[in-house]
Amino acid sequence: MANVLEDVGRRTLNDLDYVGSLNIQLWSTLRAMKSALPLVGNSYRWQATMQQMLQIGYEALPMVSLMAICTGFILAMQGAAELRRFGAMHYVIDLVAVGFTRELGPLLTAIAVSGRSGSAFAAEIGTMKVTEELDSLRVMALEPIEFVVAPKYLAALISIPCLTIISNSFGIVAGGLFMFFSTRLTPLLYFRYALESIALRDVITGLIKSVAFATIIAHVGCLEGFRVRGGPDSVGRSTTSAVVKSTFLVIVADAVFTAIFYITVRP
Amino acid sequence: MPIISIRDLVVEYDGRRVLDRLSLDVEPGETMVLLGGSGSGKSTLLRQIIGLERPKSGSVIVKGVDITSCSPAELKKVRHSIGVAFQSAALFNSLSVEDNVALPLREHTRLAPSIINLMVWMKLAVVGLADFRKLLPQALSGGMKKRGAVARALALDPEILVLDEPSAGLDPIVAAELDELILLLKQAFQMTVIVVTHEMPSAFRIADRIAMLRKGTFSSVGTKEEIRASQDPQVRHFLDRIPEDLGSATAVADHFEKYLHSQETNQ
Repeated sequence: MANVLEDVGRRTLNDLDYVGSLNIQLWSTLRAMKSALPLVGNSYRWQATMQQMLQIGYEALPMVSLMAICTGFILAMQGAAELRRFGAMHYVIDLVAVGFTRELGPLLTAIAVSGRSGSAFAAEIGTMKVTEELDSLRVMALEPIEFVVAPKYLAALISIPCLTIISNSFGIVAGGLFMFFSTRLTPLLYFRYALESIALRDVITGLIKSVAFATIIAHVGCLEGFRVRGGPDSVGRSTTSAVVKSTFLVIVADAVFTAIFYITVRP
Repeated sequence: MPIISIRDLVVEYDGRRVLDRLSLDVEPGETMVLLGGSGSGKSTLLRQIIGLERPKSGSVIVKGVDITSCSPAELKKVRHSIGVAFQSAALFNSLSVEDNVALPLREHTRLAPSIINLMVWMKLAVVGLADFRKLLPQALSGGMKKRGAVARALALDPEILVLDEPSAGLDPIVAAELDELILLLKQAFQMTVIVVTHEMPSAFRIADRIAMLRKGTFSSVGTKEEIRASQDPQVRHFLDRIPEDLGSATAVADHFEKYLHSQETNQ
């Protein structure tokens, strides 16, 4: 029994330590973010940010689009199977449009980016640690947070909401295609109904979520890289850990945000 | 007045004492070689000198600033006067050799790009890499990477040059070339050089003074002639390549004999 309590206590302390480290890293990065901004910051840092934006956003575009199209079809088909029985096929439009803008668009994008870029952040920083590149930055009086993390975080903050908007659009388009083939509803009419069903609040809540997810993915990925100890095997472990932890935290954050939005906008 | 002064330095990892009350003065313009076997604490001492770790107690005073207790801003200022070439070279793999050397100049000076290019070319010419400046580090041999790291360490014309195991893993010819390079740099730039090594021919070629480390303490500090003539048993063990811990071989044999005996008894 004592061992179990000891184990629970140790794990709790480790988790608190992890959350504390994430907060410290987030705060330090926010303080260093100015250097990564265009015009007012360091031009080399902005170049690094743009490079990261290409990697996080542009290169993930085909994957995120395809995932959104597939999920749009799935949602429409599953919804239609039930709603058809009540003669309420037109509610499929609301289901897809609102479901994507509020929930599925941000979540799907975050999961895709977490797998692609969160792991890449951990691997890159972990390798830099193993090969003493982080130490060599420090001895050159350059802070790894400013040099490595700030461009990644800024790029994630810009790219992930953009990807989310694209994901929303593709998901809704997929719903429209389904409605056209199943009920011969014209695309023009479909988009009119879809736009009517989406409130501005839905889009904003989705984007707020995507900013929170970007923060989680960037910081968990980078922190896992900084926590690499030892050799290359540790880099592999940190990469896996980055994906698992960021996906878990994204879903927890999603639940929290959804609960907050549900409570605050309840009639 | 010494440019580096180490006083009663104690470093512990997880309660295990790695450096035990070390004191050492390094005079401006001298080449100090930290010589010692694996696990003697020489790399740990080096990390203290360049301010990458904080000790349990004691002080490391570089150019009049105690870097174990100074503010981050003061540490940054001190680091501008120290150039470090790590054992693994630690060149940034995503940057070409010239960009690696240009990095500290771009970050810490307001020089025009054309001047930076000229300075980079000069630094690379000194180490014999001017023709390879466009290559990425992975396209270089081990010796070339180390010379690239030296060029980067020289970028800001530091007063102190710190080299961690410059000839480790290199063939004798390339190692000798690096020794000559260190002598040339010292002569040309009048800089203080600290070299960590376990290669005796290299140490005796480049050193003005040698500090021999053994189990976290200095077993001997003196000029290379004094070290070579030393009759201290610990120094002689290292210089004459006599294994010290022969007792442990007997202990292994005893243990093995006891194990065999216990197996026979069990049968």
